[in-house]
Amino acid sequence: MSSVIKVDNLSKIYRLGLISRRTIAEDLNKFWSRITGKENPYLKIGETNVRSVKGKSDYIWALKDISFEVKDGERFGIIGKNGAGKSTLLKILSRVASPTEGKIRIKGRVASLLEVGTGFHPELTGRNNIFLNGSILGMTQKEIKSKFDSIVDFSGVERYIDTPVKRYSSGMYVRLAFAVAAHLEPEILIVDEVLAVGDAEFQKKCLGKMHDVSEKEGRTVLFVSHNLQAIKNLCQKTIILNNGELFASGETEEALKRYNQLNREIKITAETHVNNIKNRRGSGAIRFTGIDVLDDTGNKRFEYELGETVRFKISYRTFKEMQGITLIVALLSGLSRECLTLACYDIVKSKVEPGVTGEAVIEFNDINIKPGEYPLYFELIDNKLNSYSKDVVDDITAPLVIKRNDYAEKKSFDPSKPSGFFETPSRLTLNEIFRESDRIRA
Amino acid sequence: MSKNYSDSDWTLEIKPVSGWFNFHIKDVWRYRDLLLMFVKRDFVAVYKQTILGPFWFFIQPILTTITFTIVFGKIAKIPTEGLPPMLFYMSGVVCWNYFSDCLTKTSSTFISNAHIFGKVYFPRLVSPLANITSLLMKFGIQMLLLTCFIFYFIANDADVHPNIYILITPYLILLMAGLGLGFGIIVSSLTTKYRDLTFLVGFGVQLLMYATPVIYPVSALPDEYKSLVKLNPMTSIIETFRFSFLGAGSFDASNLLYTTVFVIFVLSIGIVIFNRVEKTFMDTV
Repeated sequence: MSSVIKVDNLSKIYRLGLISRRTIAEDLNKFWSRITGKENPYLKIGETNVRSVKGKSDYIWALKDISFEVKDGERFGIIGKNGAGKSTLLKILSRVASPTEGKIRIKGRVASLLEVGTGFHPELTGRNNIFLNGSILGMTQKEIKSKFDSIVDFSGVERYIDTPVKRYSSGMYVRLAFAVAAHLEPEILIVDEVLAVGDAEFQKKCLGKMHDVSEKEGRTVLFVSHNLQAIKNLCQKTIILNNGELFASGETEEALKRYNQLNREIKITAETHVNNIKNRRGSGAIRFTGIDVLDDTGNKRFEYELGETVRFKISYRTFKEMQGITLIVALLSGLSRECLTLACYDIVKSKVEPGVTGEAVIEFNDINIKPGEYPLYFELIDNKLNSYSKDVVDDITAPLVIKRNDYAEKKSFDPSKPSGFFETPSRLTLNEIFRESDRIRA
Repeated sequence: MSKNYSDSDWTLEIKPVSGWFNFHIKDVWRYRDLLLMFVKRDFVAVYKQTILGPFWFFIQPILTTITFTIVFGKIAKIPTEGLPPMLFYMSGVVCWNYFSDCLTKTSSTFISNAHIFGKVYFPRLVSPLANITSLLMKFGIQMLLLTCFIFYFIANDADVHPNIYILITPYLILLMAGLGLGFGIIVSSLTTKYRDLTFLVGFGVQLLMYATPVIYPVSALPDEYKSLVKLNPMTSIIETFRFSFLGAGSFDASNLLYTTVFVIFVLSIGIVIFNRVEKTFMDTV
């Protein structure tokens, strides 16, 4: 198998802050150094891209010295935390942004889906938008015409195909848009995780389609996500980006292990800032100052076997008056991020003044969830003024990994196939078979 | 490992911005279907949910012509070289509208398409090209209107003489489109970082009309202004247009040549800057 994408020492610098009158001076400075044959003075001062630390420079390396290769027909995953440079890399690969240094070589036609329905015009009918969107994505009129029926079929909005898309429900809109994208036939397909924002069924459809595109049609797929389960199910090879640098690359299993190590090193403190507000949210009235996952002997670890005891030890500090504190620890599902199980305790029942610190441990005994990876969710919340005075740490620590022990091994568990999260006691109570020939005989 | 492949195996190479003259002309041609789709979109979407629909293409120049006829013809009494004022103003307005529409439409290419350009790659030049093509349809419809008026006036024995120079019209259209496109993409490239120019274009185009023989013939100007107005590349286009359709004014090949050179110059500069900016604008827009 030969390489279809080869990335060499790719770097990208971004300027932080506003573009203002000051930029004219910088532009002139850059221009001057170019005509006098010097290096661009602003390339030197770029810092590595650590979001939580306030840097001295306004320039930042969104990507620094990234090199990797993608082979023909491979499903290739790119993971990393928010702000690790995933989207920047995708944008450069799709030629939407250009690199600062380094180069990429590509063999074959590339189609990138950073979004579905790019260029949809609300006033145009579904039919016109299929043609418009298809041509924006690089299909010719002839191609679209030949696939038109199958696109409409896939989208399931046949009845509304001659209605302007502004009258569509958002679901119909997304389905039509994805239907067009699903009928692209590039040699290389680049997909951003934004595709996976729809409902569970839609996500499944997207992932399934990507799998088909690679497996049945032999195309190369690049998939970006921070949904580890999705990467695990789909991709053979994976690279991990961390603060704009290549942290690890290789077989997906190996890469994911390294990724978990990376997460394990994260210390949750009151000052831990996370780039994405979705993952750490709260008003600052109370903050986690530490989160540890311990086994029953007090060792820190994230991997457990069925039946073991898991202790979640948290410490916190209040910054404003609280009417009482509730602690919630939850296990989420890796794919759809729903809460699987949750423990909730009123740890402080009376009023607490600012500046108080505390510790608490919640213990999960005899853990009996099916093997897999479960992102962790921690929340401290005011008993009365809830929804306002809280601190949420959502999927920032490493996920809890449940491994099969000998008992589970016998159950022939395939981690790549969804088989639920819990074992419910069940037995077979009726099992008969009726054959035509039996009836005739009777 | 990479040594097994020669460079010719790769179909695409993405590098930092380099080279001023890599225009992806082939790419633009490959995306011609997209250009047609954009034209169709513009045409269908503009007058959606209006009662009169494409009739607005007629109403706009008619109302402007009537206003000009009253204000400049009846009140200011600016001479029209013996032509019926209606025809004189309409021919100027139709041409000028095409040029100014091309300029203003293409000058916002990057800003108004940022949401699409940020998600999908296609040769960015397709967008302004689609703009001038869809405006061409509007121009065509208005030309039809003008032709009807010309026939009406001829039937009423007015002093109007269309002549063989009409054959030069496609070339004039090409010049207007090129000029509008050239200036437009220069402005659009410069406005990705600094928006100041957008304000200038807004009223600058309006003012520029008065430096163009739209509401007056060149022959009516005092001599010291004549050469100044002839520096305006639109002057020879509108004069030639009037001469060929209405038979008044003058045909001056050297002026037209000047305009041609001017258009080629502006267009080349525009394309070079545009190509430069299309690679980096996502970071600055």
